[in-house]
Amino acid sequence: MKSAVIVYPGINRERDMARALELVTGKKPHMVWHGDSEIPDVDVIAVPGGFSYGDYLRCGAIAAQSRIGADLKKKADKGVRVLAVCNGFQIVTEMQLLPGALLRNAHLKFVCKEVKLEIANNRTAFTNAYKQGQIIRCPVAHHDGNYFADDETVKRLEGENHIVFRYAEGTNPNGSINDIAGIINEKGNVLGMMPHPENLVEPLHGGLDGRGLFESLLETVA
Amino acid sequence: MIPNDVEITPELVAEHGLKPDEYQRILDLIGRTPTLTELGIFSAMWNEHCSYKSSKKWLRTLPTKGPRVIQGPGENAGVVDIGDGEAVVFKMESHNHPSYIEPYQGAATGVGGILRDVFTMGARPIAALNALRFGAPTHERTRHIVSGVVAGVGGYGNSFGVPTVGGEVNFDPSYNGNCLVNAFAAGLADTDKIFLSEAKGIGMPIVYLGSKTGRDGIHGATMASAEFDDDSEEKRPTVQIGDPFGEKLLLEACLELMQTGAVIAIQDMGAAGLTCSAVEMGAKGNLGVELDLDQVPCREEGMTAYEMMLSESQERMLMVLHPEKQAEAEAVFRKWDLDFAVVGKTTDDLRFRIFRHGDLMGDLPIKELGDEAPEYDRPFVETARPADIDPESVPAPNDLGGALLQLIGSPDLCSRRWVWEQYDHLVQGNTVVRPGSDAAIVRVKESNKGLAFSVDVTPRYCTADPKEGGKQAVAECWRNLSASGAEPLAATDNLNFGNPEKPEIMGQFVGCIKGIGEACEALAFPIVSGNVSLYNETNGQAIMPTPAIGGVGLIPDLGKVATSPFKGEGEAVYVIGETLGHLGQSIYLRDVAGRRDGPAPHVDLGAEKRHGDFVRSLIRAARVTAVHDVSDGGLLIALAEMAVAGGIGAAVTPAAGLAPHAWAFGEDQGRYIVTVPEAGAAAFEKDAGKAAIPVTRLGTTGGDELTVAGQPPISLEKLRQAHEGWFPAYMAAPDTNA
Repeated sequence: MKSAVIVYPGINRERDMARALELVTGKKPHMVWHGDSEIPDVDVIAVPGGFSYGDYLRCGAIAAQSRIGADLKKKADKGVRVLAVCNGFQIVTEMQLLPGALLRNAHLKFVCKEVKLEIANNRTAFTNAYKQGQIIRCPVAHHDGNYFADDETVKRLEGENHIVFRYAEGTNPNGSINDIAGIINEKGNVLGMMPHPENLVEPLHGGLDGRGLFESLLETVA
Repeated sequence: MIPNDVEITPELVAEHGLKPDEYQRILDLIGRTPTLTELGIFSAMWNEHCSYKSSKKWLRTLPTKGPRVIQGPGENAGVVDIGDGEAVVFKMESHNHPSYIEPYQGAATGVGGILRDVFTMGARPIAALNALRFGAPTHERTRHIVSGVVAGVGGYGNSFGVPTVGGEVNFDPSYNGNCLVNAFAAGLADTDKIFLSEAKGIGMPIVYLGSKTGRDGIHGATMASAEFDDDSEEKRPTVQIGDPFGEKLLLEACLELMQTGAVIAIQDMGAAGLTCSAVEMGAKGNLGVELDLDQVPCREEGMTAYEMMLSESQERMLMVLHPEKQAEAEAVFRKWDLDFAVVGKTTDDLRFRIFRHGDLMGDLPIKELGDEAPEYDRPFVETARPADIDPESVPAPNDLGGALLQLIGSPDLCSRRWVWEQYDHLVQGNTVVRPGSDAAIVRVKESNKGLAFSVDVTPRYCTADPKEGGKQAVAECWRNLSASGAEPLAATDNLNFGNPEKPEIMGQFVGCIKGIGEACEALAFPIVSGNVSLYNETNGQAIMPTPAIGGVGLIPDLGKVATSPFKGEGEAVYVIGETLGHLGQSIYLRDVAGRRDGPAPHVDLGAEKRHGDFVRSLIRAARVTAVHDVSDGGLLIALAEMAVAGGIGAAVTPAAGLAPHAWAFGEDQGRYIVTVPEAGAAAFEKDAGKAAIPVTRLGTTGGDELTVAGQPPISLEKLRQAHEGWFPAYMAAPDTNA
């Protein structure tokens, strides 16, 4: 499985993401600079977490206008898998690859802790290694992870099974509507999520619960 | 030289924080009246913050060398060899005054400054910690300052992308008008790629990099060298504004640039900005420096030479580059959208010359600016040792369990979760032991090695007995590292005190330094970097002496580390070290009995070393399952913390011959609690006996209650609620000072 990680100025979990991809796939991902015009031909494009452009203006809004964005959109339309985590999720919602928006956390503070996630849909390329309804541990680290969309959109997400991860057991850390932690597009190739599966993939991290996501991708594309 | 259009009056000199005799020294040195710009430069170089004029004499007495020390004090940060061609680069620095005036930005730029110190040396930051001290929880400003400082520390470190993995938070009325924000950072570098500030070569380009210069922070260092009064709020404009995004770009650009081989010398612009960095680079290299301020990238129009030389705008660097690599270097900075400007050159005449609009605005001898700064041997009086307290005079609590619940839910002993959940402690994916244990542990990239970090000091002890307090700060830090299984390598000190012109304050400073020196010597734990913050006073009220020690330890094998939570049921619980029931200056005495008297606990450095080495050997042989040092609050607090964190209870028996509350809450030093699987208990006792290490069996783990023989059991749930409850409840309470 070939992968690429897009690097925007201010991104800071690109190394974590690259390491997780390498651990599971055995191959180093391409690191792609935001100012480039083309992403190499890969199976998975990761849009990692961090503070692109310092989260100034609005999280992800400036990065969404990057030069690389045109090719990211093109490849997403073509069906290349896009894994957008944290700031990456914010960026792809700003690019309208996914619906809704990430608002400031309900308690208005940055939050870094471990939460429980329910696999709400395991029939995706990103989650098929998990069981439907399985509860996994996963860290979060964000200031603006409060997922919001209008009633109609939420109804559609729920109805069409586009909610992939839900905060479980009362661990919703940010006030997200319907405990939404991660969603997928209609085509099923663009996943956006706030939690960081890439930070729970080695014994040293204290758990391997995040590995399933990368293993799912490997299963699917390999 | 352009003539002064402002007359240099005694008032103007005083406004620059210079004493009349210091001004006379300037006149003698240059043989004429300084220009206004020059006066500003002297005030920046000769204030306490930059010149260490009151502390230098004593700092020289600290042990700074060791077999692993590559770089001791005097550079941006200390450098210590960790084997395999790698080094850890670290330092701690205060940002107290700005954080009191403007908590968010003050704390944020404190973090920014220390991170810059680390990556200036070529190291990628891998961990941040901090030591925070606030006024009494009941004081009207405290909640506002806690909320701003914590958000500021997080706001900067989270965005920059360094995990904030540990630290200290304490409350005391002595910090009501003067909070302490001490920021620690550590980074990793290759031992053969350490960058220093010493300029080399004549006629080499001096390059300005990073963010633009604005009018923020002018006289910041001078402010940090004076006491506060009721008008301190008016000093807000001297606080800088942080841009963590700019700093992240600067980090990536600097590390990329260093790979090109273009960098001869590098110095970040911290306190006193362009002045301090340019003078240091020149003076260290025995070279003169010429600056053309017209080339300096500015945020605002019409800035004067005076303003540009004193601005403390953040996220800026000064470098001396190989001329033939200049274009390559510039391309790196342009890629990261950062400013890059040649602003001067090195010269052979040891002068520091400043030009603005073609006029010579300053022409000073560069060596003397630093070397000839005044140095004081300030008079001091030693702090008298408080009288011993009669243990009989300390009343027993009505109910030992009630006292435990009170203390474990008190401002100084409760869980700091509310604080560290606002810090990204996981970014970079190398955090092995998260905040909340004794020392935080971070993996050294791609290896099975780890680094342990801890920041410690007990200001109550330093107040009662500066020397014992200084010893204890070092010993506790060393102990926390040992309790994680690490070999303590070296430390950084952040010395926070009141006004050194008062002999009793100077006495506290001298006493603490003596204690720190003695402990560092005995524990082979050299001080490799540090920072002094004096004049921490408001309206004449000094803070408690607070010499925070930040330590780094090495873990050769991450498979052999220890943490504090109880791991299993039915395991033997031991305390290593002697329990004598020392209640003087204890939290129990202060918070339950309402007294602040008695001597600080004595630190026996020989025992400290033996106990720590023993614990480390147990951890490395995988013979203990949980380890926790015994510090603030004593034995029962430590036990309760281990039980709550592990979700496993214990039944323990107090020592015969000691009052239960002295056994439970006495703060004797050099102690650890360990758990040993029952099968290994006999061998453990035998080996301790052989090594002449005092160990006492306290009891056995198990169940969901903590039971002290002869007392009603307390459920872990109750302990957990008390422990976790205070901070969020306090911070959520309506702000009376909104």
